[in-house]
Amino acid sequence: FLLISASLFSVTKQTEGKELTKEEKQRLRKEKKQQKKNKEKKDEKASQGSEKEKKSGSLAAAAPQPPAKSTTVKTPSAVPAPAPVSVPSSLEAPAPVDKPSKTKAELKAERRARQEAERASKPGKKGEPGQQAASGKQKAPPSELQPVIKRLPEHIQVDNPDVLKKLAKKLERQQIPLRLDYGYKVSLFSHLHQYSRKAPLTQQLSIPSTVIHPAVVRLGLQYSQGIVAGSNARSVALLHAFKQVIRDYITPPNEELSRDLVNKLKPYISFLNQCRPLSASMGNAIKYVKKEISNISSQCKEEEAKSKLLNCIEWYIKEKIILAAKAIAESSIEKINNEDVILVYGCSSLVNHILFEAFEKGRKFRVIVVDSRPRLEGREALRRLVQRGISCTYVLISAVSYILPEVSKVFLGAHALLANGYVMSRVGTSQIALVARAFNVPVLVCCETYKFCERVQTDSFVSNELDDPDDLMVTRNGKTQLESWQEVPSLGLLNLVYDVTPPDFVDLVITELGMIPCTSVPVVLRVKNVDQ
Amino acid sequence: MELQAVLMAAGGGSRMTDLTYNTPKPMLPVGNKPLMWYPLNLLERVGFEEVIVITTKEVQKMMSTDPKMKQEVKMKLDVVCIQEDGDMGTADALRYIQQKIKTDVLVVSCDLISDVALHEVVDLFRAHNATLAMLMSKAHEFTETVPGQKGKKKTAEQRDFVGVDQSGKRLLFMANEADLEDGLSVRKSILRKHPRMHIKTGLVDAHLYCLKKAVVDFLTENKSISSIRGELVPLLVRKQFSKTLSKQKMKDDSEDQTQKKNDELLISSRDESLLQLAQERSCWNDHHGDMSEAYHGGKLRCYVHIMDQGLCYRVNTLAAYIEANRLVSQLLSLRCSCMSLFFSFTINIAMNVQLKCLCSIQGSVICSNAVIGRGADLKYCLVGSGQRIEPEGEKRQNKQAEIKLGSEISVLNFFSIQ
Repeated sequence: FLLISASLFSVTKQTEGKELTKEEKQRLRKEKKQQKKNKEKKDEKASQGSEKEKKSGSLAAAAPQPPAKSTTVKTPSAVPAPAPVSVPSSLEAPAPVDKPSKTKAELKAERRARQEAERASKPGKKGEPGQQAASGKQKAPPSELQPVIKRLPEHIQVDNPDVLKKLAKKLERQQIPLRLDYGYKVSLFSHLHQYSRKAPLTQQLSIPSTVIHPAVVRLGLQYSQGIVAGSNARSVALLHAFKQVIRDYITPPNEELSRDLVNKLKPYISFLNQCRPLSASMGNAIKYVKKEISNISSQCKEEEAKSKLLNCIEWYIKEKIILAAKAIAESSIEKINNEDVILVYGCSSLVNHILFEAFEKGRKFRVIVVDSRPRLEGREALRRLVQRGISCTYVLISAVSYILPEVSKVFLGAHALLANGYVMSRVGTSQIALVARAFNVPVLVCCETYKFCERVQTDSFVSNELDDPDDLMVTRNGKTQLESWQEVPSLGLLNLVYDVTPPDFVDLVITELGMIPCTSVPVVLRVKNVDQ
Repeated sequence: MELQAVLMAAGGGSRMTDLTYNTPKPMLPVGNKPLMWYPLNLLERVGFEEVIVITTKEVQKMMSTDPKMKQEVKMKLDVVCIQEDGDMGTADALRYIQQKIKTDVLVVSCDLISDVALHEVVDLFRAHNATLAMLMSKAHEFTETVPGQKGKKKTAEQRDFVGVDQSGKRLLFMANEADLEDGLSVRKSILRKHPRMHIKTGLVDAHLYCLKKAVVDFLTENKSISSIRGELVPLLVRKQFSKTLSKQKMKDDSEDQTQKKNDELLISSRDESLLQLAQERSCWNDHHGDMSEAYHGGKLRCYVHIMDQGLCYRVNTLAAYIEANRLVSQLLSLRCSCMSLFFSFTINIAMNVQLKCLCSIQGSVICSNAVIGRGADLKYCLVGSGQRIEPEGEKRQNKQAEIKLGSEISVLNFFSIQ
């Protein structure tokens, strides 16, 4: 193994791919032999295997996604490197090919040496969860002893033609049209979808839509045109559409509601995903609805089952969104003192709600609204705050370091909170958090628990959303400078939607369960899973 | 079900009596297909499977005998017959079939020939939860004059003034020149909400409307409204900014009646509170610069899609009929080939046409069972079914011909002999 790996360093990426496949085949053969030996010792291995997984879990769990991604960014057809490269090298992905390959190769050699040593010391062990994780992407795990394989989600592998083919086949099966990508994508983000608002998905659907429920078509249109925007609004609108679907649903004969309704919802979810990638909050809501549907007993009559489901959805909205907002507002009011100067960014429904409540309770404070192009959501936040009577200042994000000396606290909203404590929010949030940290201004993030997500991300490149690049064009005095941007070969327009803020910049997260530090998010997730 | 299609095919064709005295307007042949085939084809292409056709008994009889309608229209046509006396307006017809309407309705007129992408109109209807969405098109000047009308064109029909907002999608104002005695007056409340309004006059109304079901129910209560285009649409556009709709208080007894009527238009869907919540939490607004929420809090919204390019004709005058015939071959891209005859430009020839030798046919439409005599030189002509073109001895050459439809054998203009 060491000899083979040594020869890999001097080889280009292409042949490296071929070598690896041969190597993989050898490894798989060895594993099959080991499997036959290990059938008696299953229990021991299971416990030991899980231990191993926990050890390298922090490495492998975080790592396979970013490093695998960084290699696929360069060579789409190459086999993802099995070595879980540490985080710094994944950040070097944009750098020229030679430098990262050297550091990766060195790390690969080290790791292989380590694993070889482990393998030699414990002959019956399948001690390569990291490498296994990578090869698992190519082949399904051969036995149950394999630890949980993390697969790359499809929506961040757009530059891989096989994945695109699979997606096209799946959509064809569900009778949903495929939305084509638009325009030149900046190479760093070529693994993400980029759609144009002027080419809606309804172009390819029949007009009285029969395949997809009309409420879902309306919702998809509203998502893609930005009429329903914001994490909470999107979830509420989604649950509203699901309520219509459940009301109009009739169980076909010889089918069970619990199974058939879930199958009915799958094409709708694919359709909504094509209109606009699903948010973390929407994902959690969908999981909840699917769980409730499958928990319906077969004894239940249809009417009863449907009313039960409708009540469940209403309960979810009431508890997770409305009451949570109330609870968060109550705890945040303790943090808002008189004569405070609060900085908010963009238009977060939760932060606005907190400020309204605080103002009603009589706190005297003023607000600085920071806004950024191209969305200019801050204008809407400004309008809502001023309408209530709160005195506001409005700046663009380029002036944030100018205005920060006046600020006493920063309140930020979140799109999702990731399992490693990172905050995913509108692009620009991490900048604000960084500058606030530099000025020693406390940063408070407000987030309901239903937005907590089990994904792990350390950078904004791997998983993000690309909005319509034509939004960046602006017409001033009748002239649009970027009108013919597609004809300039060296120009790419990038309209990112989200970015990720590290937990070091966030001082407190206010949830309905209380005020927790950013690093306690995995605890909350674990507690939630135990509850359910 | 999302939308039900209704085709209004009971119109009289009062502006083209030369052609319609014999054949009812929906069955007039345009490019060898009956006129109502075109909107039906549009609906079929887009994906409709059933259409309710409101028409007269005569047309229904002709439809059942016409081979084109039977073969080429695959949708299920639910034909509703009404009296031919002409007193029933389009809104009256909708009221008549109120029982059949179970959901939102798409009303199309039988004389619309268009290749519009219907999803543009319906998307406005869906996305903004609009009460009315309609289609309009920039009018094209008719290139050729109508034969038989030498000299200046007749004065244009009374103009329509259409006011749209900044984005060009929201319909703010609609009035016909006939109704504006003293001049065009716009309410201050509209201007306060939409300070920039574009007023256009050169638009052709395609008579294609997406209406909410609540509007059909509203029509059953208000029996005085008889025409969709003439009365209902301007009423809905005005009602967008009506004060009684934005406020929800009911104080006076006298206002009770009108309030009830208005409330009917706003029949809210179930879970209206959820929709409200979603809209509150959403950070989107359709306008910027004033302190009001999205749509200014108005629940009734009217939208229009204005087509810049593409075909959109309403065949209700003679000139439009001729123009449509010429363009229809582009629409259907039919071609023909024959020996010993000269063809240029797109022409459209139906079945059982006898063409004698030495004919030259250019840009024409020839209906079935016609006979073109020897040496005829047709340029941009429309030859009706069963017509015969006999060569006369005259040397005059005319570029146009218009042949009366029917079984008469008459030639209006003369052709050169080659």
